[in-house]
Amino acid sequence: MVKAYARDFWRYRYLLQNLIGRDFKLKYRRSVLGVVWSVLNPLLMNFVMVIVFSTILDMRGSGITNFPVYLIIGQLLFNFFNEGTGSAMSSMLGAAPLIKKVYIPKYIFPLERVCFALVNCLFSFIALIIMMVLTRASLHPTVLLALYPLLTLFIFTLGIGLMLAAATVFFRDIMHLWGVFTTALLYFSAIFYDPSQMGTFTVRGMEFNVQRIIHLNPLYWYITGFRNTVLDGTGLTWSMIWVCGLCALIALVVGMLVFRSQQDKFILHI
Amino acid sequence: MNAIEVQNVSMRFNMAKERYESLKEYFLAAMQGKLQFEEFYALRDVSLSVPKGEFHGLIGLNGSGKSTLLKVISGVYKPTKGTVRVNGAIAPLIELGAGFDMDLTARENIYLNGTVLGLTPKFITEKFDEIVDFSELWDFLDVPLKNYSSGMVARIAFAIATVTKPEILIADEILSVGDFLFQEKCEKRMAELMDGGTTVLFVSHSIRQIRRMCDRVTWLEKGRVRMEGPTQEVCDAYADLEKEAGDT
Repeated sequence: MVKAYARDFWRYRYLLQNLIGRDFKLKYRRSVLGVVWSVLNPLLMNFVMVIVFSTILDMRGSGITNFPVYLIIGQLLFNFFNEGTGSAMSSMLGAAPLIKKVYIPKYIFPLERVCFALVNCLFSFIALIIMMVLTRASLHPTVLLALYPLLTLFIFTLGIGLMLAAATVFFRDIMHLWGVFTTALLYFSAIFYDPSQMGTFTVRGMEFNVQRIIHLNPLYWYITGFRNTVLDGTGLTWSMIWVCGLCALIALVVGMLVFRSQQDKFILHI
Repeated sequence: MNAIEVQNVSMRFNMAKERYESLKEYFLAAMQGKLQFEEFYALRDVSLSVPKGEFHGLIGLNGSGKSTLLKVISGVYKPTKGTVRVNGAIAPLIELGAGFDMDLTARENIYLNGTVLGLTPKFITEKFDEIVDFSELWDFLDVPLKNYSSGMVARIAFAIATVTKPEILIADEILSVGDFLFQEKCEKRMAELMDGGTTVLFVSHSIRQIRRMCDRVTWLEKGRVRMEGPTQEVCDAYADLEKEAGDT
C-alpha cells in the first residue's frame, strides 16, 4: 500500500510543482514589486512591532539581547504556520472545480498549499538575513541545525492542515473559528516576549503559571529551537528535539488518518 | 481483456433537504431528530463492459446518469455499491475546462492541465507545437483563458487530452461546442486513436454522431441500463422513443 502511495505521489509530483507555480504567479500578478513583497512585508511588520514593543509596551527590559531578530524569527515561523494551515483549510473547497471532473489524489491540494506557504516563508528569510545584518548579529555554525525545527514545523503544519481541510468540507464554521484560535495562539507563542520573564496570573483563586501554559504550545518549541540555533548559537536541547519531532509525527499521522477516512465523501459536499 | 468493467454499480446521493453547513444548524437539527436525507440514486445496478479498442456510446435523456457513470469510471466518484475496474490510463474529457485556471494564459494552462492528466513537463514541451497546431490558437497563446470562448477552451482541452494517445478516452459532450470543422477534426483524431487501440467512451445527444462513430451503444434511463447492444439496434429503439414523444 505504501508503495502504491509512493508511485501515486511520484506520478503527480509535476502537478504539485505546477500548482505551486500557479499560486505563485497569481499571487504576484499585477503587483509592481512582485515577489519582493514576500521580503518587504515581514520587514515592515517587524519595524512596526519593534517600535510598538520597545516604546509603547516596553518588552526590551526583559533581557532579550537582539530584540528585532528575536521578534522576526517568531513572526516568520508563526506566519508560516498561520498561512499554511489557513490556506490548507480551504484547499478542498478551492479544488472543487477540478476534483469534480478529474481524478486527482486529494491530499495533493492541502499539501500544495503548505508547500506554497513554505516557499513564501523561505523567501521571507531574506528579511531575516537583512535584519541580522542590520543589527550586526553574529552568524553561528549552529545555523545549519535550524533545518530541524523548520522541517518538523512543516510536517506539523501539514498534519494540522490535513485535519482542517477535511473538517472544513463538512463544516464551514471552522474557517471562522480558526482565525480566532490562531489569534489566541499568537499571544501564547512567545513571539514578542521572553516566557521565562512571565509571572503568574490568577483566575478565581486558581493560580496559573504563564510559562507552563506556553510550554504546552508546540509552536513555542519550534520557534525557540529556531532562535537557539540561528540567534543564540546554542544548538538544540534534547527536549526541543523530541517535542518538535513528536508533535510533528502525531499531527501528521492523525491528519492523514482523518483525511483518508473522509476523502471519498468530499466530492458530495463541495 | 476488457478495458472498462463496471459491475452492479449503484451511486447514491444524499440530498439533504437543507444543507447543513454550520455546526450549530447541524446539531440543532440532529437534536430535534430532523436530520433527514432524501436518497437519490443516480445509478442503480448498472453493469457495463467495454472491450479494449471499442468505441462505445452512451445515450439517454438528461438526468439519466450518463455523466455520473463517466465520473464513476474515471474515479471522481466512488460508487456506493458495486465495483469498477479500469485497465489502462484514462484521459477524461468531462465537461469543459477541467484543470484549467481561468486566470492563467493558454500556455500556462497547457502545462497545468497536462500535469493534471499526469504528463511530465518534458513530454508537454515536446508536444507543445502539436497541441497548439491542433487547436489552431497560436495567436491567443498568451491571453488569459477567461477571455476565451467556450469553443476555444474545448479545442485546447481536446488537443491536450488526445496528444498522449491515452488507452482510454472518456468524452462527455465535448464535441458539441466546437464548430463543424473542428468537430470533423476531432472525429478524425478519435478515429486515429482507435486505430492505435484506444478505447473510447463517448456521450452525445447527437444520435447521428453516435451512429456514425460507435461500435456499441448503451442506453441509460433513470439510472438503469435500458438497452445495450449494437449501435444500429439501440439507436433505432431510442429514435422510436423520440418519435413517440413527438407524436403525443
